[in-house]
Amino acid sequence: MTGFTAHVGFTGWIQLVYVLVAVLFVIGLHLMNSPATARRGNQVAQVGMVIAVVATFVLMIHDGGVTTTGWIVLLVGALIGSAVGLYVARTVQMTAIPQLVSAFNAVGGGAAALVAIYGYYDAESRGAVLGTTSVFSVLDVLIGSVTFSGSIIAAGKLQGFIPGQPITFKGGRVLNIALAVVALGSGAYMFSTPSLPALLILVLASLGFGVMMVLPIGGADMPVVISLLNAFTGTAVAMAGFVIQNWALIVAGALVGASGSILTKLMADAMNRSLANIIIGGFGTGDSAAAIGGPVDAQVRSIAADDAAIQLAYASKVIIVPGYGLAAAQAQHGVAELGKILEDHGVEVSYAIHPVAGRMPGHMNVLLAEANVPYPQLVEMDEINPEFARTDVALVIGANDVTNPAARRPGNEISGMPILDVDQAKSIIVIKRSMGHGYAGLENELYFDPKTSMFFADAKKAMTQLTSAVKTLVA
Amino acid sequence: MSAALLTDLTIFILAVLIGFEVIGKVPATLHTPLMSATNAIHGIVLVGALLIGVTAHTTVGYILGFVAAVFAGANVVGGYVVTGRMLKMFRKKAPAPEISQESAEALNGHKGIRGLADKVGIGRAQS
Repeated sequence: MTGFTAHVGFTGWIQLVYVLVAVLFVIGLHLMNSPATARRGNQVAQVGMVIAVVATFVLMIHDGGVTTTGWIVLLVGALIGSAVGLYVARTVQMTAIPQLVSAFNAVGGGAAALVAIYGYYDAESRGAVLGTTSVFSVLDVLIGSVTFSGSIIAAGKLQGFIPGQPITFKGGRVLNIALAVVALGSGAYMFSTPSLPALLILVLASLGFGVMMVLPIGGADMPVVISLLNAFTGTAVAMAGFVIQNWALIVAGALVGASGSILTKLMADAMNRSLANIIIGGFGTGDSAAAIGGPVDAQVRSIAADDAAIQLAYASKVIIVPGYGLAAAQAQHGVAELGKILEDHGVEVSYAIHPVAGRMPGHMNVLLAEANVPYPQLVEMDEINPEFARTDVALVIGANDVTNPAARRPGNEISGMPILDVDQAKSIIVIKRSMGHGYAGLENELYFDPKTSMFFADAKKAMTQLTSAVKTLVA
Repeated sequence: MSAALLTDLTIFILAVLIGFEVIGKVPATLHTPLMSATNAIHGIVLVGALLIGVTAHTTVGYILGFVAAVFAGANVVGGYVVTGRMLKMFRKKAPAPEISQESAEALNGHKGIRGLADKVGIGRAQS
């Protein structure tokens, strides 16, 4: 009888089918480069997945090593998992997509870790001498376990059953380092001496490290964390591919790892922070709220719904700047309705989307797409910034730091952060509940600009008022 | 280093490069569906979970295989379905203001899956 790892690549034909699967994944992802073809891309990748699973069943039947209990256990497990996945995927709210993605990262990373854990257990129980694959086994268990626990914490923070603000305690960082040392130490020990206790210690230390890594990270840093954990999951799956010598897993894992890395970098750049800075934390705790510079003694002009409606209805070009506050207030449908009315009235309406608007990369686009905003109106930061100068009204809803002109000056919390050039518009309306600070704890200079009017209201109520006021004007 | 390992490493490195090349072209508008789609793609780990069955003959083996199959099954099915749901929403023009077919479908699907979930005795979403 041969071991778990040796079995897997045993027919070249099946391996060739896995190459086809990898090709379909690449084509599928390639089709994601435009909203017009993205759905087809997802379907192509789905076909690849079905082929992979069918090929695997063929391999299992051909091999004949699967016991009746084995079949029952695997099929029942896969069916239960699929039913849960299907139910959640069908019912989840679009605002809750980040926690769902995080949960899928958790189970993906967890399953990848289990593949290596089983492979190690299997080899050890046969008394097999571990070869070079054990490097990948250790990496798979390590990364997979960190992803599993870290993603659960991230999902918990996003869902709100773990507080969103950074959770730190005395000695937390020391504990973190200790866990990393223990994990790496037991992993290194496993190379030389096959040992199940060492495997168990590796798993537990990695799980602990995952928890400790995400707990100190604030809710607003979640776009970076989710992207990073996504990259981790991909890497863990690729490592699992090395363990069982399966090209489909290696290629799929590599693709996801690359994708997660790109998104991590984009998100970190959009916040003007290094990855290390985010992981180490300490930002967004509100304890460094003292604003450096900026004309804070200036007057703020407030405005009522009717006046704001007049400005919007008589504008020829309006840019709406949505932030996470909009989604938090569930006002995306209201905004879309207002945009539609203005558009029908002949006003040119577009939406300026900052990369970190929302709780994961591109989140705001999905929320607005759900509210039936056509995607050509959703414009990325670099494309929309030159447009502000010829815009009559910029309507800012629930966005703060990403519109603060202070970012262009050195010497403050957000210096150098890429922002939307809202202050270039001819006039600016900001919908906000109060003069409260943004995530960076900084006073927003935009609010003191003479061109800016503040409309103090809850985003959802403001949308209702604005919409009815505009309706009476255009009727 | 064995020839097999060298092949695996070559494939891995080339796949990472292809990944950077292909993903770099995805517009920011689609980053959430992209991440969700890659989420589904890493559900390929289901293949690894199933292959555990080839050699599993002990209780520990069965338990590990079962948990891995549950995790990977949820990952792969949930990932594709939610990505499809999201991408359906991206339209070039605003649709007619009526109850969309999609929400009607979602409602029907909801009942069916809920019933199935009840039958097999699972409660709400778990992480």
